[in-house]
Amino acid sequence: MRDILEMIIILSTICVMAAISLAKVYDLTKEPIASQRRLARLQMVNRVLAPHDNEPDQSAVQIPLDTNDGKNRSVLVYRGFQNGKLTGVAFEMTALGYSGQIGVMIGLDPDGTIRGIEITSMNETPGLGAKITEPQFKEQFQGRSLANARFKVKKDGGDFDQIAGATISPRAVVQAVREGLELYRKHKEAIVR
Amino acid sequence: MNLIRDLVNGIWKENPIFRIVLGMCSTLAITTQAQNAIGMGAAVTFVLICSNVLISSTRKLIPKKVRLAAFIVIIATFVTIVDLVMAAFFFKLHRALGIFIPLIVVNCIILGRAEAFASKNPVLNSLMDGIGMGVGYTLAILIVGGIRELLGSGSLFGLSVFGPGYIPFLVAILPPGAFIALGLLLGLMNKINQRLAL
Repeated sequence: MRDILEMIIILSTICVMAAISLAKVYDLTKEPIASQRRLARLQMVNRVLAPHDNEPDQSAVQIPLDTNDGKNRSVLVYRGFQNGKLTGVAFEMTALGYSGQIGVMIGLDPDGTIRGIEITSMNETPGLGAKITEPQFKEQFQGRSLANARFKVKKDGGDFDQIAGATISPRAVVQAVREGLELYRKHKEAIVR
Repeated sequence: MNLIRDLVNGIWKENPIFRIVLGMCSTLAITTQAQNAIGMGAAVTFVLICSNVLISSTRKLIPKKVRLAAFIVIIATFVTIVDLVMAAFFFKLHRALGIFIPLIVVNCIILGRAEAFASKNPVLNSLMDGIGMGVGYTLAILIVGGIRELLGSGSLFGLSVFGPGYIPFLVAILPPGAFIALGLLLGLMNKINQRLAL
């Protein structure tokens, strides 16, 4: 009986001390972590957004996504302004790649022309699918829009290069970009207002 | 004298990777780059030292029957602290290591040293053991990571070594490359040890 009591007391004490120290560390790191996340995000946004003098995440708008799984999802569209005039928008789309979701940050001019894309998250095979993060791949999207390009990889009859040995990853990126452009076209009024 | 023996023990004679062959999951997974190896090594070393010292100093208080539960709570606490601090101050590294930071909790090296060493030895010896094991682990994954990055990407710590003309030996940074590199290194270590023993 004494044994059991001793075990309970000691294990509980250890757990309580662990909880207290974790709460303290969590409290101390909460703000740095949040600001790091924001900075990392803004870095991506700024790379694809036209020159602007505002904080793109301060003037962002939520746009609902069309989903067929019944869940309500939305996309946060970052907006860049210069002297109060809209210079561009940026938002993240995802598509299923070869191993997991690929996140693509798409930067558009107000008329719907692509200014640049960045890969925000991916888990593709190093040296093959992971080449989607290389400039040669990303740069081919610049200046393209729904009006002047077919958003498919060349193998599927489109205008975008696939990568030798890895077609699935570029296909996913192209699909994400196309969906992004279609989303922008559909909700342009709500975004540009 | 004993302190030095406990320190050096983990680096060569009982190197956690090459001799005891523990903690293989993270070793195989994160050694695609030398830089990841340093970050992972630092995180594991920190947890090892802290858990060894704390477990050793409370070893007479913790009842035998609940010792494993107590060890795991202590280890998990330190790992979570590392995870949070890394996310706050080394954001890029934290992203690169991803899930393998929380998984340090189940890294057998740490629980293994708690059970086999820290729970039976004085604080100072346990501290030395923690440092030695941590350094041994870091060096080992640094070697594996360095070789794989050099062959698979032609670079070291992200700096190009062989120049842009180098055609990467891709297998080296894919999962099979981890097994091949580690297997060859284990064989080499065994050979060296046989030589030394003769």
